[in-house]
Amino acid sequence: METHQSLRSKADWIRRQTLALHKAAPETRLASSLSCVEILVALHYHLLRIDPADPLSDKRDRLIVSKGHGTISLYPILADRGFIPAWELERPFLSGSLLKVIPDTFIPGYETTNGSLGHGLGVGVGVALGLRAKGSDRLSVVLCGDGEFNEGSMWEAIMFAGHHHLDNLTLIVDLNKLSMLDYCDNIIKLSPLSDKLSVFGWKVWEVRDGHDFDQLMPPLAEALAGGHGQPTAIIVSTVKGKGVPRLERDSLCHIRSLAADEVDRLLGGDNHDAD
Amino acid sequence: MTPTDRIIQRDLMIEALAGRMAEDSSLFFLSADFGAPALDNLRNRFPDRFLNLGVAEQNTIGVAAGLALEGFKVIVYGIATFISMRPFEQIRTSLSLLAANRAINVNIISVGAGMSYDVSGPTHHCVEDLPLMRVLPNLEIFSPSDGGLIRMFVAGMLEEPYPKYIRLEGKAVEPVHNHLSEPDFRRGFREVRKGGEVCLVATGFMTHRALEVAETLAAQGANPGVVDLFLLKGLDRTALAKVLAGYETVVSLEEGYLGVGGIDALVCQVINPLANPPRLLSYGLPHGYNFERASREELHLAAGIDAPTVARQLAHSLLACQASAPVP
Repeated sequence: METHQSLRSKADWIRRQTLALHKAAPETRLASSLSCVEILVALHYHLLRIDPADPLSDKRDRLIVSKGHGTISLYPILADRGFIPAWELERPFLSGSLLKVIPDTFIPGYETTNGSLGHGLGVGVGVALGLRAKGSDRLSVVLCGDGEFNEGSMWEAIMFAGHHHLDNLTLIVDLNKLSMLDYCDNIIKLSPLSDKLSVFGWKVWEVRDGHDFDQLMPPLAEALAGGHGQPTAIIVSTVKGKGVPRLERDSLCHIRSLAADEVDRLLGGDNHDAD
Repeated sequence: MTPTDRIIQRDLMIEALAGRMAEDSSLFFLSADFGAPALDNLRNRFPDRFLNLGVAEQNTIGVAAGLALEGFKVIVYGIATFISMRPFEQIRTSLSLLAANRAINVNIISVGAGMSYDVSGPTHHCVEDLPLMRVLPNLEIFSPSDGGLIRMFVAGMLEEPYPKYIRLEGKAVEPVHNHLSEPDFRRGFREVRKGGEVCLVATGFMTHRALEVAETLAAQGANPGVVDLFLLKGLDRTALAKVLAGYETVVSLEEGYLGVGGIDALVCQVINPLANPPRLLSYGLPHGYNFERASREELHLAAGIDAPTVARQLAHSLLACQASAPVP
């Protein structure tokens, strides 16, 4: 599909930009930022109604990034779409820079405070209630990681949203299977997550390969189209560290940083995109 | 003072809020499964804007933040110990931090300050919340001693677009303030009894204790003052310092732990920069939990913050002070 081809090109460009950002600040969470690239591309370039010129407009869909530290990959998207000046990508993580190691609400395009897990969904539920009370047809979309499901606050919000049939709320799970120290299923088994969400009153889709736009786009579009009478969740299976073979194989990739020369090798001699 | 002047702060607050909700459709009321007779009326009147979030304080704060982001003014209502401490990081992350550059009008009504729930024991004694909430930037603390202050808050400060922690007494209390103006309210404190050599400083229920102590001392010939603090973050510190500078001795009296950032610390920080700061004596709880099944009077007696004990010790202290004063 032509559209998907252009989304794929975008995702490739964003991965390279994300690597370049990581080179500037090894403290950034690279692996976690690479697993959700396609999700962010799908939302920002195709599915959500957010005007870069008016990022807090009442007419926007609200994208609440609960796994904030794992979305350095959103920075190039925000620059590309015009939320922030493109030159911000060239001076990230310096004193006074807009772009920080963990995103904050001073960066246009971020709705809530990030950096602490298990907070986004509760706020997203409140946003969905608020939109409903205002008679708005806009959406509350929350992106979270799978490690976040260890937090009790997630389940408080999940139960509440199901009970109140919040059909303007969508949860997108970046299921990269890894928390900081180990595989999620070795810490507290999360599967079958789909069944768990379903019994709490959510309509759930699963995507086997979240890096394949052909698989990713249809359920995202269907969930966000609304009219389901219940909150929706898309559980997107992804690879943590996607695009960096050394990270893809490493259960501790969350806390791995790449050396500058390793980033250069990955970007290849032809690294004009990362300049 | 007649018994009919005594009010339950919770009921008065809810009635005042119901009045505002009738005029302002942007007010939402969230309860963490906590009620009151007055709340039954409110939730029947406003079924679309009253929500019981259940025994889920973390989600209650998150949802409140989300509603506030959408422009709603949000009331969060719960038992003091649970609504302040269970979701503390939600209050920090989604209210205090978010309020750095977003309008977050969330009003946490925390019912049962201090040892209001006396016989329920230490899980229900809320004696840690003041230092915890004082620590958080971008958040105001409203700690009323009487119903008049609550009416003023609902009529004015409720509109302010930042988070507020409202600490309500559980037992019925009498009026403290008369004829308070809005500028007086915004100063955040009031010298409710002007005195000479000694001034007691307290907040909420303990202001009533301070007034009892002052009456006892006055009966013995002393001339004590009493200052009631009610906006614990935004109070006019310069004005308070000016008032306290007129006293030789200032006494902080609180139903919270001593030496960990409560009212004692607040008063100390206010008077310390003065050229000749008054002597500061502090009364509060020892750093522990009381597991006895006891009334509030008994709990205060055990901690040495009951009015007779404080009055007796202050009388001795003031005499000692006078005895040691240099002869002119």
